[in-house]
Amino acid sequence: MKLVQRVYLREVFSGLGLTARHFFRNMGRHVAHALGRKDARGAVTVQYPEERRPYSPRLRSLHRLVRREDGSPRCVACMMCETVCPARCIYIVAAEHPNPEIEKVCQEFTIDLGKCVFCGYCVEACPEDAIRMDTGILEFSSYSREGMIYTKEMLLALEPAGLDGRPGSPIPIPPDRTP
Amino acid sequence: MTATLADVGIALGRVAFVMLFVLNLGGLMTWVERKQSAIMQDRIGANRASIFGFRIMGLLHPLADAIKMLTKEEFYPARADRVLFSLAPFVSVFFALVAFASIPFGDTLRVAGREVPLQALTFNVGILYVFAMLSLGVYGVMMAGWSSANNYALLGGQRAAALMITAEVAIGASIVGVVMVYGSLNMMDIVRAQGPLLGGWLPKWGIVTQPLAFVLFLTAGIAATKRIPFDMPEGESEIIGYFVEYSGMKFGLFVMADFLETVVISGMTVSLFLGGWQIPYLEPAGFVFPWGATVALPGLAVSLLQVGAFVLKVVVMIWFLMLIRWTLPRFRYDQAMRLGWLGLFPLSIANIVLTGAALLLWGAR
Repeated sequence: MKLVQRVYLREVFSGLGLTARHFFRNMGRHVAHALGRKDARGAVTVQYPEERRPYSPRLRSLHRLVRREDGSPRCVACMMCETVCPARCIYIVAAEHPNPEIEKVCQEFTIDLGKCVFCGYCVEACPEDAIRMDTGILEFSSYSREGMIYTKEMLLALEPAGLDGRPGSPIPIPPDRTP
Repeated sequence: MTATLADVGIALGRVAFVMLFVLNLGGLMTWVERKQSAIMQDRIGANRASIFGFRIMGLLHPLADAIKMLTKEEFYPARADRVLFSLAPFVSVFFALVAFASIPFGDTLRVAGREVPLQALTFNVGILYVFAMLSLGVYGVMMAGWSSANNYALLGGQRAAALMITAEVAIGASIVGVVMVYGSLNMMDIVRAQGPLLGGWLPKWGIVTQPLAFVLFLTAGIAATKRIPFDMPEGESEIIGYFVEYSGMKFGLFVMADFLETVVISGMTVSLFLGGWQIPYLEPAGFVFPWGATVALPGLAVSLLQVGAFVLKVVVMIWFLMLIRWTLPRFRYDQAMRLGWLGLFPLSIANIVLTGAALLLWGAR
């Protein structure tokens, strides 16, 4: 090593210069932000519960069941998703429809998120476009296994995420996860 | 010599100012540490603690810390020496707190026929006092390491002792140059001697007359605070350190002691090398600029300006020490020892010799 490197002092000051530059640049932006320049950002932090990163449109998030115009589920209980599911987390109970021209409807449609691997095969397999994974909701943790089970009514109530990736419906909080 | 009520009041006021100044700066430093490191690293920093929804830039986090520390369980290891174990953090904090006492924060104030020296402790050998108190603080650390009955804590305590001796020798030797130039061990006299101008425009601050000693003192001073880059006593990634068995407010006191020592080192650096309470071109009667302009000021305003300048300098110095702490990686134990004994110590001896030669040649005092 050269003497100037062994003395270490020059490198110390170059490092201090780097961090000090960041400090003053960010400090200036913070001050500008506080003075009203709302586009000045002194940090790259995304303050998560209030702010969310924009998600990719192909993100596979919490499932939802798509509704027809009359509000009934599009699902026809064909069992394709239940069959293709590698984690076997979908449980469908089919029922007769009063109209004899309609073969069957789903009476129960339950997803056990504790088992789900979020592969998205159910979405691909569905011939009716009845299940999608576009809610943008990632927060479905629970203290119990029961809290991970989502029923047909819960899945039907969910809305798709907006264009910016923000969830369109409130995040479903399991009853055992009181905030 | 009878002490009147006013004398007692003035003395108490001086002590209270220093005490509150050091304690508040030490408490604020937990906030400064979080926020400054965050800003340096393009982050926001702790900002969630709130009272009734008011967050005030995370300033409530030190308060939340204190409440948390005070309400936590105090744990004593089974084989610990309970007396020393309890005493250690208080020893650490006590010496860090009293060390600031003889650092002057303003020129002698003359009000109503009284002379009030603006420092808590007027002392002929003030510089040695600060130095002694700073090094006594390491006893708390050693006590903590030994009394915990934990090998890692003991290692931390030993490292702290070794580091403190290394730093102390370098601090002591680098101070000698300053003492030689200004010809006094009294902190007030040293600061006052930094007032005159060299060549009519350059303040005779320690950093001008003793640049090498400044670097050496600062390096050794950072080592004395036991913070990164000299945090071998803690060694978070290897031995956790001398306070590994501590919990609750006792642990908090050790952290506090590190912060207080940083304040003391800042105060020392400012007083010895950055002109203490001196403002360039500010004379007792007002500003006298080298190009001839003068601004007359009343005596009290001058004093206030001086105290303000001292506080500002200390704060900037703390900022700089924090910048170092959040920039540099830590030294390995042997590297720190080599730096101390083969780098700082010989250089500070050389500085003494050079200063002596320069004083002999030019006879400048």
